[in-house]
Amino acid sequence: MAGIIEGTMTDAREAILQRIRAALGPTADPASDYAAVPREYIREGRLDSEARLHLFRERLRDYDTTVVETDAASVPTTILAILRSNGQKKIIAADGLPPQLLPPEFRFLPEHQATVEDLNDCDGIVTLCTVAIAWTGTIGLTHGPGEGARRLTLLPDRQLCIVRADQVVETVPEAIERLVSTSGPRVTLISGPSATADIEMTRIRGVHGPRSLDVILVR
Amino acid sequence: MTIRVGETATAPSFQKAALPLLEDAQLRRNIRHATDVIQHKRGLVVAETTDWQDLRAAGHAIKAHTLRHLDHYLLQFEKACTAAGGQVHWASDADEANQIIAALVRQYDANEVIKIKTMTTDETGLNEALEHAGIHPVETDLGELILQLGREKPSHIVGPSLHINRSQVRAIFREQMHLPDLSDEPEKLTAAARRYLREKFLSVKIGVSGANFLMADTGSVCIVESEGNGRMCLTMPDVLISLAGIEKIIPSFRDLEVFLQLLPRSATGERMNPYNSVWTGIHPGDGPRHFHVVLLDNGRTGILADQEARQTLQCIRCGACLNTCPVYRQTSGLAYGSGYSGPIGAIVTPQLVGLQHAQSLPYASSLCGACYEVCPVKINIPEVLIHLRGRVVREQKAALDPEALAMKMAAAIFASHRRFEAAQRLGRLAQRPLVSKGWVRGLPGMLGNWTRVRDLRALPPQTFREWWRKRGRDHRGNND
Repeated sequence: MAGIIEGTMTDAREAILQRIRAALGPTADPASDYAAVPREYIREGRLDSEARLHLFRERLRDYDTTVVETDAASVPTTILAILRSNGQKKIIAADGLPPQLLPPEFRFLPEHQATVEDLNDCDGIVTLCTVAIAWTGTIGLTHGPGEGARRLTLLPDRQLCIVRADQVVETVPEAIERLVSTSGPRVTLISGPSATADIEMTRIRGVHGPRSLDVILVR
Repeated sequence: MTIRVGETATAPSFQKAALPLLEDAQLRRNIRHATDVIQHKRGLVVAETTDWQDLRAAGHAIKAHTLRHLDHYLLQFEKACTAAGGQVHWASDADEANQIIAALVRQYDANEVIKIKTMTTDETGLNEALEHAGIHPVETDLGELILQLGREKPSHIVGPSLHINRSQVRAIFREQMHLPDLSDEPEKLTAAARRYLREKFLSVKIGVSGANFLMADTGSVCIVESEGNGRMCLTMPDVLISLAGIEKIIPSFRDLEVFLQLLPRSATGERMNPYNSVWTGIHPGDGPRHFHVVLLDNGRTGILADQEARQTLQCIRCGACLNTCPVYRQTSGLAYGSGYSGPIGAIVTPQLVGLQHAQSLPYASSLCGACYEVCPVKINIPEVLIHLRGRVVREQKAALDPEALAMKMAAAIFASHRRFEAAQRLGRLAQRPLVSKGWVRGLPGMLGNWTRVRDLRALPPQTFREWWRKRGRDHRGNND
């Protein structure tokens, strides 16, 4: 069976490439042609840091994300307050999350000990992020230490994400610049809780991903 | 090689399919509501940008550039993706793609797959092919799930079920999910879908997706979505198979800075859709252990060869042209013979399957130009439509049909003023039995189709040239 697939595959590959080359005729050097793409759009943000963070908070709220602002020393008490006010008990902490960010009086399940069942029935998770975009109200994860594997931020019902003020950029191009990776990108961009508008264009929160997203913005 | 796009080849013409849809008041209300809402939201988020035209220009240029070097970028993608642990397959047509995917599913000993919404598997008819091979595909996008359970056809590129309203969804879910007490609130319906699919996400071993973008430099794939069903299918199964048209490639990961601004605003009127996922081959300890990409031609290289229509391949499937199209808004996507509907469908489908199978589609437009104005990558759809109409006429000419013959005769008559004047005199005689009070009430035979819906003034008793000649004679007579 595999032989049959491979046979047609090689044929198809050559045939497709040949058809493309016949359609295109002689072509110029791709690199210089690519450099000629007009890029007049806005790359660098123009806001000062206060205005940028203000815009970030506005845009997060616009898409149903709650935002709490705090300083570095108060992150643990802020997390505790959010968890208590929502009556949350079973919370998973992403592997690599610095322990000083977590409230010592709350018992967190470490990510590496959590089974899929734990992810499915826990109340929520705590992670860091790599970058955040003010203009679109987006947080960007590259799934390194403290950001969790991709399923961690997907199965549970609530995500608490700790965002440092210096991680917040204004524009999408600035964010992409920080997400470029030489070792094979693995990126998840999250803008508000999971949503759908497939029934009469009514926006519904929480289809399959987390229904609640809390951003803890650290100044 | 046999190129197929859904069931286009056997579908009725656009004009035929549209007639019953125009009489379905419920369907038209649903479509009008949905497209009004998306258009309004799009308008707001486009208006708040100050560089929208610059983004469009860049998106257009990047896509046009990629197409000019398509072989180069495909090979670059193949190399990078393979180096990251992915496997790249090539398929010349729909059947080949379906066979590759079915064989992979069997190779991994599975009889069920979970699917992310993808236009490309609609195009190849993958679901039918899998079922034929004893494999059950489960659609996980809410809209696609509604269609699959209700055995309905997609009516929109982005919101495939937007012609179905809440009470119709409730009826489908009540019966298919055995939930007799389900209410018709969208929250309750969505929650029912969440429960129904959660178990599938946790148990099914193979995921099937399309791709929004393939990035050549890193060998990565990008999926843009809202619900999280995409992320489920991308990360929970052991095996992931992505089917992508060869035109989905972009040169660089960095180019996402353009497309991730253009696509969400155009598709759903959001500054950013809830989830964008990018992955590169296999990521040990996170997500599938096996990753396959199937690169599909299925007629795309034919479009590439037509210089004037090549821009069709720049499409990023946002659906903005559907929402704004005065024709689509009346008929919905159900009249277009495949999942590709609206103005973009009217140019994609006939070019993929061959004009002879979809001759009516280039005429499913008033050429008002609204589609071009909203297109995030500036595809000049009216220009391509006119080009395709020209091709339809040329093909018909070769086939000697009555219309082509009549046009040939008309050309001969218009070429000489004697012949033209003779024809006018003949017309005045011939129209006599048909004229009443200066109007032709009904032409006989096939021509009657024209007068059935249009007013036709009778030829006047005297033409301008006849009057002019007579006037000259009279004047001369007076002066003498």
